[in-house]
Amino acid sequence: MRDKFTTKNLNFWYGEKHALKGISLSMKEKEVTALIGPSGCGKTTFLRCLNRMHDLYPGNRYEGEILLDGKNILEKGLDLIKHRSRVGMVFQKPTPFPMSMYDNIAFGLKLMGVKSKSEITSRVEKALKDSALWEEIKDRLHEPALSLSGGQQQRLCIARAVAVEPDVILMDEPCSALDPVATAKIEDLITDLKQNYTVVIVTHNMQQAARVSQYTGFFMLGEVIEFDTTEKIFTAPSNKLTEDYITGRFG
Amino acid sequence: MTREAYHKALKDLEGELQQMAVMVGTAVRESMDALKGRDLEASRRIVHDDIHVNRKRFEIEEKCVRIIATQQPMAVDLRILAAVINIITDLERIGDHAEGTAKISLSIGDAPLVKPLVDMPKMAEQAVSMLERCMKAFIDRDIESARNICNEDDIVDAYYDKIYGELVLLMIENPKLIKDATYLIWAAHNIERIADRVTNIAERVVYMVTGKMEEMNVSKY
Repeated sequence: MRDKFTTKNLNFWYGEKHALKGISLSMKEKEVTALIGPSGCGKTTFLRCLNRMHDLYPGNRYEGEILLDGKNILEKGLDLIKHRSRVGMVFQKPTPFPMSMYDNIAFGLKLMGVKSKSEITSRVEKALKDSALWEEIKDRLHEPALSLSGGQQQRLCIARAVAVEPDVILMDEPCSALDPVATAKIEDLITDLKQNYTVVIVTHNMQQAARVSQYTGFFMLGEVIEFDTTEKIFTAPSNKLTEDYITGRFG
Repeated sequence: MTREAYHKALKDLEGELQQMAVMVGTAVRESMDALKGRDLEASRRIVHDDIHVNRKRFEIEEKCVRIIATQQPMAVDLRILAAVINIITDLERIGDHAEGTAKISLSIGDAPLVKPLVDMPKMAEQAVSMLERCMKAFIDRDIESARNICNEDDIVDAYYDKIYGELVLLMIENPKLIKDATYLIWAAHNIERIADRVTNIAERVVYMVTGKMEEMNVSKY
């Protein structure tokens, strides 16, 4: 599998705070990479670097390289709207817009300039099928998205992200607000999404990282302590700090 | 340190594993003493007491399963549990071999042994010593000792070959002894198998520490 995203000596500052220190790692195409680590370790900061989310706030600074398909996305002149459509994001809490389920997904497509109503309708259907939500909501697509359950709302957000056919989907603790059944559905969905997309997921739930990902990175104090196959990280990690963290000896 | 109850449960489990190893090591020694000393009462007791070893094995296994179900162990903790689950199977079989030796003693009954036992008690002592040092290697996470212990399996095999040769010779010379001499070959075979089980345990110690499955002291055949 080739590398989809690669960071080279990536540093990031929130104003004066040096939040990421020399991160160099690669995320394989059409694989799930999990980022784990104690609170404040930099894993979410790293995830947000990948779609330049930090640019929304002043005073933040990047150094180093973030290569998407070999092209540095930190270079000036990057079309951020286009980039974010290639690199979708799903957040901790479901964030449906206060509009119908259909419009939630159509919104991104319209923003992308898709005008044909029939194309929008077919892509909405495909996105909902890809997100394992179609069967549950196909008869009430024009009802408010906020009438869905939390788990369904989160899958709607995933559908919204996949509708614009991104290359990569970033997920920031996508199940932390969900019950175990909804969590299991999202985890199954992540495994399905891997067929077509590269997924990078931040999670506090180590069992979840073990279940859904093929690669895992352990972050601490803004550094990557260990990055390896998930199997290796959870059965025989090389670094003592990784071992202590995942066995609950600190953190 | 977080998750203290969990880590205490893991430590307790290791303690119980050691207890079980002491139980089976004692059973092996006593079964050989009873065979050599023709102590049928002791042999009967050893056969009876094997049930305690079997119970201990189930107790430990249940605790392992409970920890897996409730604590979702990872990394070295997971490897400890995988090692323990395997080791208790080997210990339980070592207990069965001791019981087997005691049953052989009972089968021989009041008849005298076809020859005095000289090498077989030494062979049994070698096997038990390997077991004890292997369990210490488990506690100490000492993979070098574990590897060395595997090499000692050759010593036990050499004893077995010697005993086997002597008893076959005895049977050729005096076919009337075939039945009772065969019993002793079985007893020696039991001990030979114990040392093989110890080799398995040593492999688990190495796995627990390194995360690598290694087959050690592979058969020469």
